[in-house]
Amino acid sequence: MQRSKTLVEEICAIPGGEGIRDCIQCGTCSASCPNAGSMDHTPRMLIAMARADMREEVLSSNAMWFCASCYLCTVRCPRSIKPTDLMHALECLAVRQCLTSERTRTPTMYRSFSDFVYSIGSVPEVGFMTWFYLLSNPLRAFKMAPLALSLITHGRMSIKARRLKPEAERQLRAILDKAEVLGGMS
Amino acid sequence: MKYYTYFPGCSSSDGGAKAYGSSALAVAKALDVELVELEDWNCCGSTPYTSVDELASRCTSVRNLALAEKRGLDLVTPCSSCYVILSRTNSYLKEYPELRVKVDEALAAGDLEYHGTVRVRHLLDILVNDVGLDEIASRVKRDLSGLKVAPYYGCQVVRPGPSFDHPESPQSLDRLIESLGAEATPFPLKARCCGGSLIIPEEDVALGLTNKLLDSAVGGGAECIITVCPLCQTNLDVYQGKVNKKFKTHYDIPVLFFTQLVGLAMGMGIKELGIEKGIVSADKVLSRYM
Repeated sequence: MQRSKTLVEEICAIPGGEGIRDCIQCGTCSASCPNAGSMDHTPRMLIAMARADMREEVLSSNAMWFCASCYLCTVRCPRSIKPTDLMHALECLAVRQCLTSERTRTPTMYRSFSDFVYSIGSVPEVGFMTWFYLLSNPLRAFKMAPLALSLITHGRMSIKARRLKPEAERQLRAILDKAEVLGGMS
Repeated sequence: MKYYTYFPGCSSSDGGAKAYGSSALAVAKALDVELVELEDWNCCGSTPYTSVDELASRCTSVRNLALAEKRGLDLVTPCSSCYVILSRTNSYLKEYPELRVKVDEALAAGDLEYHGTVRVRHLLDILVNDVGLDEIASRVKRDLSGLKVAPYYGCQVVRPGPSFDHPESPQSLDRLIESLGAEATPFPLKARCCGGSLIIPEEDVALGLTNKLLDSAVGGGAECIITVCPLCQTNLDVYQGKVNKKFKTHYDIPVLFFTQLVGLAMGMGIKELGIEKGIVSADKVLSRYM
């Protein structure tokens, strides 16, 4: 991380982020977004703030964490900016710079999910959900009990995690460790 | 016989959408489509991982593509989320040379290489465009006439594309339903978002979106919904009770995987297709066809 860079420069270094320079602030993304109403800043606003180099405000925003990756903005953007990918780029930067919003549980969920991918190469739903509730709010787990019970009675919950063969798991780990050494995308 | 490499994804292999995976394999076999599971596949890379560590997520994804490339066949998945991640990884590698260099280097640490030749396909695309609707219609054994089905595409099977169907007003699932002898109902929100994995951290937000979808499907006169994605099925089916509670609604609409409807039309049984695993029971709707 080089602090001398502007936020826009950092965003542009992440694949999918470079479109931010082409935005004409038309607001098509915000109007198309099904979750814009839950965001502290709309996608259009977030882009404007990033271009004004409002680093902390942008990276600590909850906006990108409400992106459900439905890609409606991406297919409608008249400048072909790919706002969905831009949101992912902002999420990555927020994680890297430890600025993730406290006003949404999504970063914790994403983290729990990613931990499983990194450690065993697949995402067993039971293990991942348990991990998420432990990391976020263990009490909420009780509220989920009826739903979990109905999944169990319908044969839709396996306790056992699918594991790759040991050599495959080692191979994936070697690849991911190398990726970490290569230091992300910027 | 048509041959493909198969990527079930975590949910459809032994997660909550196990019935999607098993019905997909049963239907494929009956249609002379051979799906050979990619050996030792790992997570597709996933949207959550992309949002935490872009490079690691792409590398996770590419390991699958590199393994699939050795077989030289199209890589088929029934999961829209896996589909969007795997196919976008492919296009990213072409679009961003600096990403490609790093990915190649990471792959080499696992003694793998990837040349970018694998075509990633969604199972719906295979059935509609490779097998073909006429062929499927000719295999129909059970008369489903009068069954009103809402075709739910969701997002990632058609967006961001380029895809095999229109990004906002897709038709392939509608036509598939008709070719099975059932009726595709008008469903204005058929390609809108169910909230995806936000159902876990931001339940209220996702329930709001799911409520709109259920309202749109029921408003079009549907008796059941079919989906092409494990996550969409989960939100619409497993969380339907929570939607009813939160919005004081009375939805009671079963949500099937599209492969289950195809299997039914081809004469397969409810149990065989795992339809009883749906949280909202399909018994009442399907009993007149059994």
